[in-house]
Amino acid sequence: MKKLIAVILALVMVLALAACGASGSSGKAENTVTIGVFEPASGDNGAGGKQETLGVQYANSVQPTVEIGGKTYNVVVKYVDNESSNDKAPSAAAELVNAGCSIVLGSYGSGVSIAGGPTFEEAGIPAVGITCTNPQVTEGNRYYFRICFLDPFQGTVLANYAFNELGVKKAYCLNKLGDDYSGGLVNYFIEAFEGLGGECVHEEFPDGNSDFTSYVANAKAADCGVFFSPVSTEAAQLIIDQVVAQGASFPLLAGDTWDSNVILQAAKGKDVKITVTTFYPEGANADFDNNIKKWINGNATNLANNGGDDTVAAVTAMGYDAYFFALAALQKAGSTEPAKVMDAIWNTEIEGVTGPIALEQTNGDAIRNTAFVKQADTASGTWIALDPVTIG
Amino acid sequence: MELRKNTKKDGLLTAAALILLFAVLLTMELTMKSTSILFTVLKKGVIYALVAVSMNLLNGFTGLFSLGQAGFMLIGAYTYAILTMPVAVKLSDSVYKYYDCAIGFELGILPSLILAGLIAAFFAALIGLPVLRLKSDYLAIATLGFAEILRAFFQWDAMGPVTNGANVMRQYKDLTKLRIPFTDIRFPPTLFCFLVSGVCIAIIVLLINSSYGRAFKAIRDDEIAAEAMGINLFKHKEMSFVISSFFAGISGALLAMFQYTVQAAQFKSAMTYEILLIVVIGGIGSVTGSCIASFLFIACNEWWLRFLDESSNNILGLNILRSGFRKVVFSIVIMIIVLFFSKGIMGEREFSWARLRAFFRDPFGLRSRRARKAATGGEVNGNG
Amino acid sequence: MQFLQNSLPYLLAGISVGGQYALIAIGYTMVYGILRLINFAHGDVFMAAGMFMVFLSASLPLGLAIPLVLIITVVLGFLIERIAYKPLRSAPRMSVMISAIGVSYLLQNCALYFTGGLAKVYPQLPWLSDTVSVFGAVTKRVTLITPVLTIVLVAALSLFIKHTKIGMAMRAVSKDFETARLMGIKVNTVISVTFVIGSLLAAVGSLLYFTNYASVTPTSGGMPGLKCFVAAVFGGIGSIPGAVIGAFIIGIAENIIKGLGWTTFSDAFTFALLIVILLVKPTGLFGEKATDKV
Repeated sequence: MKKLIAVILALVMVLALAACGASGSSGKAENTVTIGVFEPASGDNGAGGKQETLGVQYANSVQPTVEIGGKTYNVVVKYVDNESSNDKAPSAAAELVNAGCSIVLGSYGSGVSIAGGPTFEEAGIPAVGITCTNPQVTEGNRYYFRICFLDPFQGTVLANYAFNELGVKKAYCLNKLGDDYSGGLVNYFIEAFEGLGGECVHEEFPDGNSDFTSYVANAKAADCGVFFSPVSTEAAQLIIDQVVAQGASFPLLAGDTWDSNVILQAAKGKDVKITVTTFYPEGANADFDNNIKKWINGNATNLANNGGDDTVAAVTAMGYDAYFFALAALQKAGSTEPAKVMDAIWNTEIEGVTGPIALEQTNGDAIRNTAFVKQADTASGTWIALDPVTIG
Repeated sequence: MELRKNTKKDGLLTAAALILLFAVLLTMELTMKSTSILFTVLKKGVIYALVAVSMNLLNGFTGLFSLGQAGFMLIGAYTYAILTMPVAVKLSDSVYKYYDCAIGFELGILPSLILAGLIAAFFAALIGLPVLRLKSDYLAIATLGFAEILRAFFQWDAMGPVTNGANVMRQYKDLTKLRIPFTDIRFPPTLFCFLVSGVCIAIIVLLINSSYGRAFKAIRDDEIAAEAMGINLFKHKEMSFVISSFFAGISGALLAMFQYTVQAAQFKSAMTYEILLIVVIGGIGSVTGSCIASFLFIACNEWWLRFLDESSNNILGLNILRSGFRKVVFSIVIMIIVLFFSKGIMGEREFSWARLRAFFRDPFGLRSRRARKAATGGEVNGNG
Repeated sequence: MQFLQNSLPYLLAGISVGGQYALIAIGYTMVYGILRLINFAHGDVFMAAGMFMVFLSASLPLGLAIPLVLIITVVLGFLIERIAYKPLRSAPRMSVMISAIGVSYLLQNCALYFTGGLAKVYPQLPWLSDTVSVFGAVTKRVTLITPVLTIVLVAALSLFIKHTKIGMAMRAVSKDFETARLMGIKVNTVISVTFVIGSLLAAVGSLLYFTNYASVTPTSGGMPGLKCFVAAVFGGIGSIPGAVIGAFIIGIAENIIKGLGWTTFSDAFTFALLIVILLVKPTGLFGEKATDKV
């Protein structure tokens, strides 16, 4: 019995090896270019990562080929799950590098991008952040670019909104311990909010925490006028639930992660006010919205990945733009070689559904100064677009 | 014991095999693309081999069931990152964004590696004073608890000027910054990991085969008898604990070098469990077993079994293969090993040339089985 | 009054979490009492119960789903013992503990596979999920129900252990495994019953816990599991009232610490408590003094 199991185990290993060898040696067929997608499909940011990936998948279905240097290439999109975890990010990034990607897109969540960045830098493959807003992603890493706005900007917009529009003087800020995205955004929010003359109470919750009772109670006890918590959607559901359960009256404020139908579903029918800043308001480009809705509804897996309904998340639109940005960079480079793409990417410009995209020349960040503001309509479970905010 | 029995010839054979291994590594690094996943697996594998061997020194050779390995790796990784980060980076706000860095100097790679080990050992000495008086599973849960406390301590806001709070540490001297001394030529990173881990593992092996090692084994086999023989229980336990943590610290530092960024949140108890599983798969009490198992474990986890996660590999239209399936298969394999092969790959034995020769003469014991069968004329009750 | 008003939410949350921990801690303490095994997989059984509820309630009415969840969890606990622990009964204690860690790894990875790694929203249980107000502090009704239900269940369990034949057998086995076997007690049955009870309580605990914190992830059993084990050690391993009191203390202390703003240390505190108790009184609050057998 034991021997038999041992032999079977050994066989499985050999088969696995053979399979790997086979998939490795088959390599790239002629005229294909590989675009890597470095996104979480599990963990805290799994839901958001899947929505962002949907944008890329849809874009790929719209435009599966690209003309580079007079030849038509098939675009192969290689998806790797970075598990929303900074320690899994380097090996996931290494897998993309190993797959021979010409350019990499992602990731949702700044922490994994920061952690995976050096791997791309080392391999000389340019990476384009889709919605990672922390400045540290591109700072000091020449190979990381991004097409979205940054947290210092977003934090200022949110602080202004809280101070001027909501008329709040004291804000409660909550972020996840060791999470670069929420930690960074909260930091910039506090900076801006205190600059305006407000006061902040700042707390952090540890990884794996699911009990937000005390945090909400703390905010109530401190008599805060707004609850700012730009955390992952997983934690957001629990926070919304707890705020409702404790009958807290303050509005909730968050950044781009909360612009998701997960939040709408959690808040639907509840007495809670949620405002977020985001990259793209649904309805801004009717053509795009209608087509992607049709595509999402046409496939059960896509529908499930989008959280069960056809609300277009801003990150999906950003994923769509990122794909076309990558194609434009490839075309401009006239080659599938990462080094050439790297050179071309600095001057790549496109007109995306979320607005024009061009990069500044220091860190390779997008030149964007407009954030869209949305409020949740808890009765119908949809977003209401408020006036967009432009600074500078 | 095994080592002493080895003839001089076998010693030479081992040395030759090691030289060959390093030569092969060097040629591979010089000729193959450095981004190949093979190198990722080799580097991570050898780093885990070191920490697995260090854990084995405690669990397998001294009989102390400790689950604090991740905590000591955390100390090593952070010490290394803090010490080697260039002063210019520390002063700018690219890493220490919300704090002013309190450490105003930087050290080279080797001194930092050693200090990483020493500081981990120092913490271990402190922790060991109270907890080593505890027995078996109480010791396990207490060390696990200490690892969690260490993690919280490193994430603490007040420690921010040193540890950057809970935020990510980066831009220190990672594997790409390695240079051959006095030149500007890059040192092959995989070779470096193998050299450092190799030296450390060799030291552990020497220790195990010294009189201290025999004292450790005596404690493992029977504490009371060992004490009656005049072995100072606490002193030896503390020594084993501190030494094991020293090497865990170094492997933590190597891990930090390997993955470019390091963050306290990564060093959870799940990491200790992974290392423990490697030790078990390799065989509790076998150094070579731990090494083999760690390469197998990392390769399966990071490379060979990845195809199980790709839904495009599904056949017959079944939707079985999708993200996460790799881990399910992997954990089932681990359960099978734990349940049916509780001795692991090597049991308590070590690799030896004599055994290898015997194996080639008689693979899987088939011949001797047949011989026995012929001799008894009846059915052989294998131990299956 | 103002102070009470401010601190009441933390106390309420603490008591409710404490009750949920207590139900899990009993499983740890009973198993440890009998097998001398830290059942690392117990926290994951608790998580699995939550997952079963998520998947079953999607297609079945709650009235049917809840009993089914209890039954499936009990079967799971029983199977884990039979498959992963029973074959190792004569193996060293470390192998069994490693097997427990393996089972925990397996359960987590299965959950990861079936959920695709996403947090699942726990269904709202009518009545339990409703909001109520206590002295001005607003909370869910489950917060109030939990301690009551915990105490009722613990009382029932104590009666069961004191007054039934199998309960007596359990006490005998936990006192002395070998002698109990010699006395003709069917040790395997007793152990199975222990696991069944432990899993049942964990399933009830998961109903209460996840109604309060409405999302289940593959790792949501890990931390509560460890904390409950600490609670069991704190109260004196093997002692059921000890485990319950330990769980309440840990639940309340954790929430007070969060209320004081020391959130980074809310988990670490639990372990610090454990280490202190192990060093000062290794047998815990209510533990019997163990005699070391040579």
